[in-house]
Amino acid sequence: MIELKNIDKVYEDGFQALKNINIAFEDGKINVLIGPSGCGKTTTMKLINRLVDYTDGQILFDGENIKQMNPIELRRKIGFVIQNIGLFPHMTIYNNVATVPKLLRWDRQKIRARVKELLHMVNLDPKTYMNRYPSELSGGQKQRIGVIRALAAEPSTILMDEPFSALDPISREQLQDELIRLQREINKTIIFVTHDMDEALKIADQIILMKDGHIVQKGTPQEILENPANDFVKEFIGEKRLGRRELPALAELIRTPFISTLDDSSTEHAIEQMLKHQVATIPVMEKNGKYVGTVNLYDALSNKDKQLTDLLDPSVIPINEIDKTEDVLRHMKQGKDTIPVLSSDQNMIGLLDQTKLFHVLHEMTGGECGVK
Amino acid sequence: MHVLTDYFQFWSEKYASILDYMTEHMIISFTVIIITVFVTVPLGIYMTKLKNEKIKGLMFHIANIFQTIPTIALLAIMIPILGIGFTPAVVALFLYSLLPLLRNTYAGMQSVDPEIIEAAKGMGFGTFERLFKIELPMALPYVMSGIRVTSVYIISWTTLAALIGAGGLGDLVLAGIGYNDKFMIFTGTILAIMIAIFLDFILGKMEKKLSKV
Ligand SMILES: Nc1ncnc2c1ncn2[C@@H]1O[C@H](COP(=O)(O)OP(=O)(O)OP(=O)(O)O)[C@@H](O)[C@H]1O
Ligand SMILES: [Mg+2]
Repeated sequence: MIELKNIDKVYEDGFQALKNINIAFEDGKINVLIGPSGCGKTTTMKLINRLVDYTDGQILFDGENIKQMNPIELRRKIGFVIQNIGLFPHMTIYNNVATVPKLLRWDRQKIRARVKELLHMVNLDPKTYMNRYPSELSGGQKQRIGVIRALAAEPSTILMDEPFSALDPISREQLQDELIRLQREINKTIIFVTHDMDEALKIADQIILMKDGHIVQKGTPQEILENPANDFVKEFIGEKRLGRRELPALAELIRTPFISTLDDSSTEHAIEQMLKHQVATIPVMEKNGKYVGTVNLYDALSNKDKQLTDLLDPSVIPINEIDKTEDVLRHMKQGKDTIPVLSSDQNMIGLLDQTKLFHVLHEMTGGECGVK
Repeated sequence: MHVLTDYFQFWSEKYASILDYMTEHMIISFTVIIITVFVTVPLGIYMTKLKNEKIKGLMFHIANIFQTIPTIALLAIMIPILGIGFTPAVVALFLYSLLPLLRNTYAGMQSVDPEIIEAAKGMGFGTFERLFKIELPMALPYVMSGIRVTSVYIISWTTLAALIGAGGLGDLVLAGIGYNDKFMIFTGTILAIMIAIFLDFILGKMEKKLSKV
């Protein structure tokens, strides 16, 4: 874990680039620093491998103050992808990727095997590419090399400064997917700078939103989308994304008509109803429309001689039509397939249309994940 | 046909002394080249690391002044200071070739993209590892072209060193002027040219080899 505590940075010319920065970068997470140009993202990142020295505060790397560590050793432990890649033009791809292992004086065989493994990992054939020079690669291929060069010596932490910024949307998507996949495979602590919100939302475990040298908000993508701290955050996220995240009102998710039975009808009748409509539960209502409870098929079948009102299933909890859809989602964790919706005076209005709700959720998350 | 046979005659009679002149010439030139490279390249590198702009400017000015003094004049100035012969010739030629190589080395080091240097730093290169594995190899084309140009100049200027008694092919040319001997003048000139071409060729090969590390 890397912790920045009350960090201030004043450059030699007197410009205060960072003000009271507090961040914890947790192990094995993708942390994304985002914000407008000049807000201090690169500065924050370079603090960690001591390319920039802070003027006040403290940085702990696994609990140890980095000022107490040898900067060269520290840097060899941290992978670094600079803004604009920075491959060494006079070295072959092999030597570029092998840079840090060579500095660490790894065994030749081990370096060779490692370089090949990494090239395979980003789908570049070692035979074809190993002996090429950076000028002989496409932009996307260079960025891949930039990324695996940072991974070569198996650092536990990787700093990536806008690593995909110069790419066309398709290669960029590909590399983002590769990064997420890599992260799952090798479980590194990644600190990633971007000013592309879509990129941040896609890859981040933690987003740190910065402005003018301070942190405006930090949290999971979910948290930031659901509770933007202020107008700046809202504007930065963009109305489009915010709008898309709003769940439809509950009223839009109610299914009517619905199958039900009256509280004075026989259990036999209720069973018939359920079988006929192929449902496992049925709500029971009074004649005037008041909700009584819900009976499930299993209880009904094994207690045919009992009154319907004695068979009510206590685990089915109705929701109120004025409830928020978000709250309803939480409520649904019980996994019941029937959720009656009642009005404030306990009249039954309909059933929650779960198919429709899941459909909406699916669209909102771009079909990538379910409910968190 | 006459001319050719006469020229062969000239060579067979004089080849021992011609080779002596040539050897002398090469010793003077190569000494100057080696000293120049070993002093100027590190100096140029050092100057790129120097923060103080004033000192940097001053150093370039001094090198520039030597360059503007006419070669013959610089050699002449050496006589009251260092007398005549090998040493004053080498010193004068060295001062003269300071600027071209210094400028090229400096430009070569400056041409290395600061982002590349930052990448190297960030990956954990130490100062000297960075210098030898990143900065110098990247500056190499500039430095080598500086060395090649300077070497060719030095070999041609060395001809003038004969004026202050340092010997070399210049002696042959001067003697040729004295005796009005075309062969001497021609031989001195052509050999100086050949040394220069030969050296340029060798350095070119070296550059190719070095840049493939
Ligand atoms: N060496 C320096 N001396 C003085 N000021 C600097 C120096 N480096 C950066 N700054 C200033 O610090 C601020 C933050 O710079 P930084 O490079 O961290 O921005 P950034 O968020 O990475 O921006 P971008 O998205 O454009 O890369 C900027 O206003 C910049 O001008
Ligand atoms: Mg930046």
